[in-house]
Amino acid sequence: MRAAQKPVQPEALSGRTILDSTAIARIIDRIAHEIIERAGDEHLPALTLLGIPTRGGPLAHRLARRIEVFIERPDAGIAIGSVDITLYRDDLRSRGLRPLAPTVIPDGGIDGRHVVLVDDVLYSGRTVRAALDALREVGRPRVVQLAVLVDRGHRELPIRADYVGKNLPTSAREQVRVRLTEIDGTDEVVVL
Amino acid sequence: MRRHLLSAADLDLGDATLILDTAEQIDTALAGREVKKLPTLRGRTVVNLFFEDSTRTRISFELAAKRLSADVINFAAKGSSVSKGESLKDTALTLEAMGADAIVCRHSASGAPHRLAEWVQGSVINAGDGTHEHPTQALLDAYTIRRRLGRLDAVRVTIVGDVLHSRVARSNVVLLDTLGAQVTLVAPPTLLPVGVESWPAEVSYDLDAVLPKADVVMMLRVQQERMNASYFPSVREYSRRYGLDARRMATLPDEAIVMHPGPMNRGMEIAAEVADSVRSTIVEQVSNGLSVRMAVLYLLLGGAHMPDGAVA
Repeated sequence: MRAAQKPVQPEALSGRTILDSTAIARIIDRIAHEIIERAGDEHLPALTLLGIPTRGGPLAHRLARRIEVFIERPDAGIAIGSVDITLYRDDLRSRGLRPLAPTVIPDGGIDGRHVVLVDDVLYSGRTVRAALDALREVGRPRVVQLAVLVDRGHRELPIRADYVGKNLPTSAREQVRVRLTEIDGTDEVVVL
Repeated sequence: MRRHLLSAADLDLGDATLILDTAEQIDTALAGREVKKLPTLRGRTVVNLFFEDSTRTRISFELAAKRLSADVINFAAKGSSVSKGESLKDTALTLEAMGADAIVCRHSASGAPHRLAEWVQGSVINAGDGTHEHPTQALLDAYTIRRRLGRLDAVRVTIVGDVLHSRVARSNVVLLDTLGAQVTLVAPPTLLPVGVESWPAEVSYDLDAVLPKADVVMMLRVQQERMNASYFPSVREYSRRYGLDARRMATLPDEAIVMHPGPMNRGMEIAAEVADSVRSTIVEQVSNGLSVRMAVLYLLLGGAHMPDGAVA
């Protein structure tokens, strides 16, 4: 007879490094390939990557760089920009003031473009909703897709990502911290 | 940021820089867009409480609030209960009872917005009080200088004219000093206020001597409506000694800009050819005013309500 079994605890994530720099680089490569595949030759010239500040910005740049390598046209000049969503948040009244980040819409706008929004973590989905609201004021893309490095669940809105780096089942108490070289000096994803 | 914006002296370097940076972000976010509207302040109410005539400031605040989707009520003292003798306090309490989140106040009495801020729960923004302060004008001037010259630190700013009656000059001296600029005031002695030597600015009576060393020349309007005595012999005399004409403008350094808060007296403090020259930022100042006021409204009303004096 064995002793009474303890209930099975889900594997504790806290304090663990989920992705290191090699893993992040592989994910960027894979998503770049997926974007190329889904856009196809027809829509690739209309591709526009829009990062959501802060860390969506560098991710969008990395994706663009890799896509240019994979399609073997380093001078393809994929349109890159950023959309700050602070002024579109629906929780401004319940939270403290947030400083604004830059919004840069590439020359030529987004009308008729194949837009991919890029962010580091997909959580409640409210950031993405705000980004969609912001985009609506800027123009009318042909299609809007979403690429995220980490999807940690706990959606509060009917929103899903088209390209996911890693699905990370977290508890709401945990924090997912994404660090990128361009901003934080190192590439890693950790759960706190 | 504090809850109110009453004086340029309320802003330290961090606050002032935050406002200018926010204005810049709003500018780039709206650049080239067909729909220049943001949902940020939906459901908030901004009251424009103007006891004194104003075109550009009132319209600028109204448009700034509307661009952020706030509801705007324009209250002009003429045609209101004020003409029946209602006091400032009762007017303020009435507006507050109607749920005003911010009151933008212009008043001919210096200090009126300060009193107002003691009576109401919402934010009070000083849009010009008597000859005292006009902080959003100073902010938009600083923003204009930063956009044109790329910096504010060690920029040499010369403010010329009716300093005595000018709330624009007062707010600008304080704010520009905070931001690291060097201010020189040029005016006839009769149009300098008592105690000007304690201001963080140099004083000169000779415009021609100062111009070659100026990065920015800010011409002030001669405020005849506030003048109840003769401060200078004649308009021609004033214009000859303190007006900016094409000959004087030619003595400025190459990059220098000419500013005016408006409304201008063309031919008096500023010649028409100067006002319309490429150095002139007068029209830019108006559009920059909109961005700066949007930034101020966002920073005062955008976050959760904080106790007085708390830092966001």
